Amino acid sequence: MAEHILLRHRDIPDIDQLDAYLAHGGFEALRQTLTTKSPAEVIDIVKASGLRGRGGAGFPTGVKWSFLTPDVFPRYVVVNADESEPGTFKDREIMERNPYQFLEGVALCAFAAQARAAYIYCRGEFWDLAHRLEERIAELETRGFLGRNLFGSAFSLEMHVHLGAGAYICGEETALLESLEGALGQPRLRPPFPAAKGLYGQPTVVNNVETLANLPPILARGADWYRTIGTPQSPGPKVFSLSGHIERPGNYELPLGTTFRTLIFEHGGGIPGGRGVKAILPAGASAPLLLGSDEVLDTPMDYESVPKVGSMLGSASIIVMDDSVDIAWVALKTSRFFKHESCGKCTPCREGTYWMLNVLERLHAGGGTPADIDLLGSVAQGIQGKCLCPLGEFAILPVLSGIERFRQDFATHTGNGR
Amino acid sequence: MLKDTHASEVEAILAHYPADQKRSAAMPLLYLAQRAYGHLTSAAIEEVAGLIDVSSTQVGSLVGFYTLYHDHPGGKVRMQICTDLPCALRGAEVFAKAVCTNLGIRVGETTPDGWITVEEVTCLAGCDKAPLFQVQDADGIHYREGQTVETAMAWIDELRRSRTDG
Repeated sequence: MAEHILLRHRDIPDIDQLDAYLAHGGFEALRQTLTTKSPAEVIDIVKASGLRGRGGAGFPTGVKWSFLTPDVFPRYVVVNADESEPGTFKDREIMERNPYQFLEGVALCAFAAQARAAYIYCRGEFWDLAHRLEERIAELETRGFLGRNLFGSAFSLEMHVHLGAGAYICGEETALLESLEGALGQPRLRPPFPAAKGLYGQPTVVNNVETLANLPPILARGADWYRTIGTPQSPGPKVFSLSGHIERPGNYELPLGTTFRTLIFEHGGGIPGGRGVKAILPAGASAPLLLGSDEVLDTPMDYESVPKVGSMLGSASIIVMDDSVDIAWVALKTSRFFKHESCGKCTPCREGTYWMLNVLERLHAGGGTPADIDLLGSVAQGIQGKCLCPLGEFAILPVLSGIERFRQDFATHTGNGR
Repeated sequence: MLKDTHASEVEAILAHYPADQKRSAAMPLLYLAQRAYGHLTSAAIEEVAGLIDVSSTQVGSLVGFYTLYHDHPGGKVRMQICTDLPCALRGAEVFAKAVCTNLGIRVGETTPDGWITVEEVTCLAGCDKAPLFQVQDADGIHYREGQTVETAMAWIDELRRSRTDG
């Protein structure tokens, strides 16, 4: 991509300074929107752009906003900046390096939602980043870009940063709201969805950082321009976080629909030592493992195509594993993660992740039998479809796909595969 | 008491939330208490509960649930190394083991001089700069990325030298 739309600091290094951001058109989208458009018009533009949530679910953003219960106030905007999926580090770069575009996006979202207060929920580990954001918010208030009657309009907005304290589950939007209300980060039963009853029981929009960073360019340049990037069903640019066995790990902003091969070999520089790609996790730990086959490598990374080869795009955190990796060890690592991060509310997830890890540890300790592989599958199926939130569902995906697509790696640990 | 020693910070934290939703301030107040007292004693938990009018049982449950709160004293510095899958693929497990060997402790333990507690943590959103760790101390939480065993040990030596009065 010739021009960065989300990672603009790659083109304009000092865009993390307010004056530089303003010199490059910063806050013009907000000014124009507040002085010439209605909230309903903004929602229509975002719907027309085809922007889909970048946190993982890929749900159309404008449609999500239109679910807000009409005529009930106050409303809230809550930003999901709890970026915790293994392999995902895109929101952090956006907030650190291109922070004003993100904050302008929060303000545009709040205007569309007719919210007067926005909370940015940052994971606790982003301590330095969160305190820097607080300073920037204070600066925006001083300079008249946040506060009362912005740009002479009737719209007023305050923003607050709230720090989490180390819980992956708070990336799930209802758990995040519980945490923001000072409770344990445990998911709520839905419905009601946050658009009806969210923060403090009021209509609430919860959006991911990257999603919001898309709003200033969409409002500045229009939905038709936005749709020239990406695919018809998955429009726009995406920040792909590339990690694992790769020459040049990092974030890459590319159009949705770019193939795995282009990302891994053209941008990421390929696999160290020229080794082969054995497996890919395309959405962090929360997706089925893909084979490193030509079919997979030539698959476009968008919300429709990745499911066709048996996984999902999610937050687009691409973890690459070379041909030296034991997939049973990968399953052990992801299971340890999910067992640690299960919030404990739903029994199938709390107990199931414990027993999956238990069986995997037994296999790795050399005490496993061939029956353990089927036992592992059976425990995983006992979690499937039985929990309030997707964490349990995610936990079983690398395990079941690992057994299905790389069974030999598990068999090796039972003494049968050698 | 925090409301005396840190009055302006307590007030600033409470001002972020609607007046009838003070419970939202529980987590930021716990951070404040932890930084003031080193770890969250039952007295500290009761104090936070009192500031927001909820039971100390409710506040105490947060301390158990969220990993960045500590109800036991640790080293002056907690060195929290990410060994999750993406970092492990780039040598983080070997790194963590080597750091521990150099310090003469195991993961979860504190050095005999009370300086460093080494912990393994889940993904820190720094997978492209592995190995990395975060440092949790009285100042807050800071990242150290792109580490080798040598740079990590040099940092620890420097820390011990520069803060010997700590």
